[in-house]
This record gives sequence, C-alpha cells and structure tokens, in this order.
Amino acid sequence: MSAPVVRVQGLHKSFGDLEVLKGIDMEIDSGEVVVVFGRSGSGKSTFLRCINFLEDPDQGSVEVAGVAVAAGPPTRHRRKEIRRLRTHCGMVFQQFNLFPQMTVLDNVMEGPLRVKGESAKEVRDLSMQLLADVGMADKADQHPIRLSGGQQQRVAIARALAMRPAVMLFDEPTSALDPELIHEVLAVMKRLADAHSTTMVVVTHEMGFAREVANRMCFFHEGVILEEGTPEQMFGSPQRPETKKFLDAVI
Amino acid sequence: MPDSSTREAVPRQRHGLAESVEAFSLSIPFRVKVAAVWAVIFGLLAFAFFRSGFDIAWMIDKAPAIVRGVWVTILFSVIAITAATLLAILGALGRISKNPIAYGISGFYTSFFRGTPLIVQLFLWYLALPQLAIGLLPEPYASWFIWPAAVAGVVGIAFNYGAYMTEIFRAGIEAVPHGQTEAADALGMSYGQRMRRVILPQAMRIVIPPTGNEFIAMIKDTALIGLLGTTILWADPFRVAQLTGKADFRNLEALIIAAIVYWGLTAIFSFFQRKLEARMSKGYVRTAVKAG
Repeated sequence: MSAPVVRVQGLHKSFGDLEVLKGIDMEIDSGEVVVVFGRSGSGKSTFLRCINFLEDPDQGSVEVAGVAVAAGPPTRHRRKEIRRLRTHCGMVFQQFNLFPQMTVLDNVMEGPLRVKGESAKEVRDLSMQLLADVGMADKADQHPIRLSGGQQQRVAIARALAMRPAVMLFDEPTSALDPELIHEVLAVMKRLADAHSTTMVVVTHEMGFAREVANRMCFFHEGVILEEGTPEQMFGSPQRPETKKFLDAVI
Repeated sequence: MPDSSTREAVPRQRHGLAESVEAFSLSIPFRVKVAAVWAVIFGLLAFAFFRSGFDIAWMIDKAPAIVRGVWVTILFSVIAITAATLLAILGALGRISKNPIAYGISGFYTSFFRGTPLIVQLFLWYLALPQLAIGLLPEPYASWFIWPAAVAGVVGIAFNYGAYMTEIFRAGIEAVPHGQTEAADALGMSYGQRMRRVILPQAMRIVIPPTGNEFIAMIKDTALIGLLGTTILWADPFRVAQLTGKADFRNLEALIIAAIVYWGLTAIFSFFQRKLEARMSKGYVRTAVKAG
C-alpha cells in the first residue's frame, strides 16, 4: 500500500544538442498533488510528457501503477508496455485537444470504450457522471467547437478521468484560456484534489492554485529539480536564490 | 481655366443613346445577362449544327442506346473510386510511415503512376500484363491476368487515380493537428485505433473537396476505357457513340449526345458534392446545422 503511484528515476532527455532534463527523480504517493513550476525552457513540460512517454526519454525509467518502462529502442514489446502505462495516466493538454468530429460525450467515452473495451452501458453512465462532476452534463450532445475554452478544458479533464487513471497529468491546463475562464478550470481541479483525492502532477504558473492545493512544489531550473517542498516552505522561505527570484517575479 | 471648362463639357455631350443604353443595361441583373450570353452561345451552336445537316431523327433514334451507356460509366466510376480510395489510404499511410518497405513501395507507386500517361497505363494492364504473367506463371495462373478490356480499364483508372489521391490523402493526414495524435496516444490508443478513430475521420473532411474533383475527372476519364475496345455490353456513352456514329457517318450527332451525357453526370455529382461538404463541416463550423 505504501508503494508510490509514480516513480521516476534518472530521467534524461535531449533535443539535439540541448539537454532539457539532466537526471530527474521523483516519487508521488497516492492522493498527492505535485505542482511543477519554473521558467519556460526549464524542462517542466518535458518532464511531464516523459511520464506517459509522449516524449521518449533518453535515459531513466518511469513506473506508474506498477507498470515500469525504461528508456530504450521502440520495440514492439516496449511500445505495448508504453500503451499499458498510458492507460494509467490521464493527460490534460494546454490546447485541450478534444476530438472535434465527436460529441462531448463521445470524447469522454472513447478511451474506456475503445482502448479498455468496457461495455457501452457502463461507460456511458460513468461518462455522464464525470461530465456532471465537471459541470458539463448539459453539453453532452454538443460538438467541442461550440464550447468556450474553459468548457472544452473541463470536458478534456472528464475525458482523462474516464480512464480511471492512477495519476492525472496537467500540462499548463489554463495557459491557453482567457483570464475570466481560468477560475472554472482551477475550481474543477481543486475539487478533484479535495473531494476525490486524485493523484495529480500539475505544470502551471498559477501560484494561487499551488498555494491552496499542492502538497508539494517542485521548482525546475535548467533541467534539474533545484528545490522542492511544501507550499509553506516554498512561499515562506525558499532556500535557493533562483527560486526566490522566480517566485518574486510571478506573484 | 480652359482645362476645367472641357471637363465640364464632356458629361453634357453624353446625353442621348449611349447613356440610355447604359442605364437600361444597369437595370438588368447580372445573372440575367449571363443567362443571355449562354442562350446566345447555344443559339450559335444550334445554328452551326443545323447548317451542317444535323439529323434530329437519327439522334432521337440512337440517343437511348448512347444514354444507356451512362450506367456503364457510373458502374466503372463507382468501382474505380472505391478502389482508388482504398489504394490512396494505404499509399498515404505508406508515405508517412517510418517503415522503409511501406515508404519505398508507396513512393514507387505514386512516382510511376503519376509519371506516366493514363492511356499508356491502361494498355499496360490490358496488353502488357498478360505477356508478363505468361512469362512468369504456369497455367492456369497466367490466364488469371488476361483480363477483358473493361476489367483492365477499371483497374488502370483505379491505380492511376489512387496515386494522385495518395498525395491528397497524405496532405490531409498531415493537416490534422499534432495535438490530436498526442491526445489519442495519451489515451493509450494503438496506431490502428489512432488512425481509424481520430486521424482519418478528420483527414477525410479535409480531403473531401479535392477527392470530389478527382471523382469528376475520373467520370470523364472512364471514357478512355472504350479505346481498349470494350464489347457493346460494357460500352459507355463515348464507346456507343463511336460505334453507332461511325456506322451511319453521324459522328457529330453521336458525339454531341455522348458529351451531353458526361456533362450532365458531372453537373449532378458537383451538386451532391456541395451537399456532402456542408454536412461534413459539422463539428467544425459553429453555425452548422445538426445533421441527423
């Protein structure tokens, strides 16, 4: 029971000559909310995308819900293991990336129905429940283009939750939203953390959200986790000058 | 100033016939004038035809046989566009594949079939393929590749158009935003699921207009199959027109009927293509009506 939900070990990733991740280790326990922050180019998004192998790391390994995958060539077996690992990760993108040709409900049903092969009746009930949870049940039959950015992102959260993932990965979920729509998405995420004890890794610049919801904050700087701690530690007494400088700039 | 006085003098002189003609012209809607132009064109053509001894009685007598050939055209076109679409999907997946075999085969396919004349390809399927088959295969397998003109023609059209449509489909697949691939991957979809459920449905919407254009071009190009010497059972309007027109030396009348048949067919299809495009825009245009 005490085994972490996510275990990242020695993650390295380069794009050409640029080394973006220089050895990242992280363990995340069930129900924990980890906020990852730092300047753009610090590697925080790349780290998140390495957890479900949207970026293939050069070295290191990731384990999610007992499925462990190490860096290596894309053999048939490894690709299959990556797909298995992905079914335990719910991913929410900056640009929502809903499937435009499907209705809202079909978007949410797609994963459990097609990937997990669950029965349509159960998936429909679960999906409607999730859409109700994010306040989008009345839009179930609409196509995504008719929704605002905030509404689309809430549907995208429901779509990720429909896989009943062990961990939810949020990649700057409010960065593409108009300011007045940010709140509705953060409120849904806060409810996930508080009411449902969802395990979450959140890359975000929303320091108010971090202060309120995070159990742990990790400051990324030039490809390493320079400093981590509780929000009280980070906001109250950051140990590194880089952390202090960044927090002073964004708050 | 002399300059200003001459400028004033000009409009005064324009009273009269020229101006009233212009005023009358402006009162007629543009579309009516365009219709008049078409009417004049048809009138001139009719005049030319009748001066050339247009034989209406012969046309009325032979038209049903020529028009009936439209079913052959429709059959050829529907089979060929279906096969070409399947070839184009496979070809496009090959063109974007990292597998060297798939990439190499699809590259050869598009290069050869887009780089040689369609009429040459039709004769290759009809006359050259049997020679190849007889040289390589024992009987009875060799005779499997000796095809009637209609079969060779439809296969030839399908492969040729499949090659052009491969490039259309490749561009359509690549036009789907990369975020869609990532969203499908993040759900744990396999390559096949991602293509079938996410990428191809969106690519289809992009390729419908250019594919419609290819289909219209294909309808007309099926007339080339007649040049292989199809039997009367598989004769399209052009082939029937050729045979009957030559027999009675009524080539003008026969070919005019054939031309009108193709013209009508492409006009009808263009209409349905516009309808289909409107329906496919569902999910992309906020104002699109909810289609049942």
